[in-house]
Amino acid sequence: MNILVCVKQVPDTTEIRIDPVTNTLIRAGVPSIVNTFDAYALEVAARLKEAVGGKVTVLSMGPEQAKNALKECLAVGADEAYLFSDRVFGGSDTLATSYVLSCAIRAVEERTGEKFDLILCGKQAIDGDTGQVGPEIAEYLGYAQITYASNVVMEEGKLKVTRESDEGYDSFTGELPLLITIVKTDFEPRYPTIKSKMAAKKKEIPTLTSADIEIDTTRCGLKGSPTKVKKTYTPVREKVCVKIEEEDTKTAVLKLADLLTDSKVI
Amino acid sequence: MSSRFTDYKNLWVFIETEEGKAKNVGFELLTPGRQLADKMGEKLVAVVVGHQVEEEAKKAIAYGADEVLLVEGEEYYNYNTDAFTYALEQLVKKYQPTSVLIGATNNGRDMGPRLACRLKTGLTADCTGLDYDEEAGNMIWTRPAFGGNLMAMILCPDNRPQMGTVRPGVFKRGKMEEKREGTIIREEIHLPKEQIRVTLLERVKEVAEAVNLEEADVIVAGGRGLGSADNFSYVRELAEVFGGVVGASRAAVEAGWIPHAHQVGQTGKTVAPKLYIACGISGAIQHSAGITGSDTIIAINKDKDAPIFEIADYGIVGDLKQVIPELIKEVKKRKENE
Repeated sequence: MNILVCVKQVPDTTEIRIDPVTNTLIRAGVPSIVNTFDAYALEVAARLKEAVGGKVTVLSMGPEQAKNALKECLAVGADEAYLFSDRVFGGSDTLATSYVLSCAIRAVEERTGEKFDLILCGKQAIDGDTGQVGPEIAEYLGYAQITYASNVVMEEGKLKVTRESDEGYDSFTGELPLLITIVKTDFEPRYPTIKSKMAAKKKEIPTLTSADIEIDTTRCGLKGSPTKVKKTYTPVREKVCVKIEEEDTKTAVLKLADLLTDSKVI
Repeated sequence: MSSRFTDYKNLWVFIETEEGKAKNVGFELLTPGRQLADKMGEKLVAVVVGHQVEEEAKKAIAYGADEVLLVEGEEYYNYNTDAFTYALEQLVKKYQPTSVLIGATNNGRDMGPRLACRLKTGLTADCTGLDYDEEAGNMIWTRPAFGGNLMAMILCPDNRPQMGTVRPGVFKRGKMEEKREGTIIREEIHLPKEQIRVTLLERVKEVAEAVNLEEADVIVAGGRGLGSADNFSYVRELAEVFGGVVGASRAAVEAGWIPHAHQVGQTGKTVAPKLYIACGISGAIQHSAGITGSDTIIAINKDKDAPIFEIADYGIVGDLKQVIPELIKEVKKRKENE
């Protein structure tokens, strides 16, 4: 099975700080990581490949430093990696991003002469949190899609996809080619070994620009994006908490209960 | 500026149905939808797609819609991307709405981008605030980014329809007015069966009943501080005393202590109960972002510096294994004395 995983390099949002004056990200000291959900998608891909054979390719759109994320992917299950980097891609919203990625995917297929059977994406990037790029790539490519899957396996020659629901989970199947977005899986992504890291380091990652692929640059970047950011702001917290600290639990609970009774909560 | 879009009119709310029943979020969205449509001077149109869902269409009118576009068929009993996207695409092309609101459920977030991409228009994900700029004729979509650390206001000035998915639980469902009148317009739209490319094999229900966090008046939620799956009994008991529903932080779900259907926060459900009690939840921004709509938040945590106290109204610093049983006793006593 020829599998593609789309990955994004993101700042680790658990360590993010926003400058309250400029409302911009304080990037200094914030580590860049492979988007968490993309790492799960890669692990799903690696397991599928182990089960049925084939190849796993990773692809990213981003600045030159996103190569580091791709190197990490090469050390944990990816066979090949491509970076698409160009100033004209900067500032793309989800529609423009998915357009660039769909052109990039076509370009990789053309270079290798092989079509992708399965495209996996993380359910969303932890910085933007939109979850829109996966389905939009599927639409651009004309692929069927299944979103929010927690596992993808082959059973008796058929793809079986598990998707979370409000009450449990649903099970789906579909004909290839297919695009699937992946949530947190029950298993953790594998760790790189010293050997796999060394091998990844040696691998060449082709970097392609808009000049190398067939693409309409007016549909990329800020000007190709139908959505515009009007302004950003840091959410304000106006509440003042009545914090009860007592040696004795009973006293603390009584205090709380009185407060709740006074404010008619109970 | 808005004069460029004279062919486009009305604000749409997509009413998601499943197994013939509408999900709450569709009806919730009719509340801000009504206000926005009035501000625009346009009609509020509910789009109901499902199998035998005429009753749900009538409810949409009772919740404030002027008009319902109703599409029925067996293929709409369960959600599938191809049939639903096709139905919406046909409707949008025929009626040309200015704006489309979609509930940000998994299905809404599956269909929304697929549809927006087919229409080559902008879609703002997971909005928590909606407004309309009368002068420019644009919707103003507000959404959290970077896990809730930053809020962004987004416009889609040059394309129509302007689309957004909106988090369930952010808006409250209005009162049903049974006597409200409105028009139901039926449309026959069917995608040929062979063009529906994904098949649902089975639905497995893990929880005894659907966990209805979005509609709960009281939620008692547990986090990492509980320490084990067994200790969730404290949370369950406290929830029982208040007649509430059990919630959980991502840490508790990821530890496997409780099914994900209970998860509250940025990657779980956004909730807005009258009372939210956070037990052993540190209050990472991703969790806080999902509960700030609550009327009253109580935090129980042994770490006095836990960020949960920054968004709580009341807090007890202490061991929840001691605090909760005491609190249960005290609340029971006060309820009996009422």
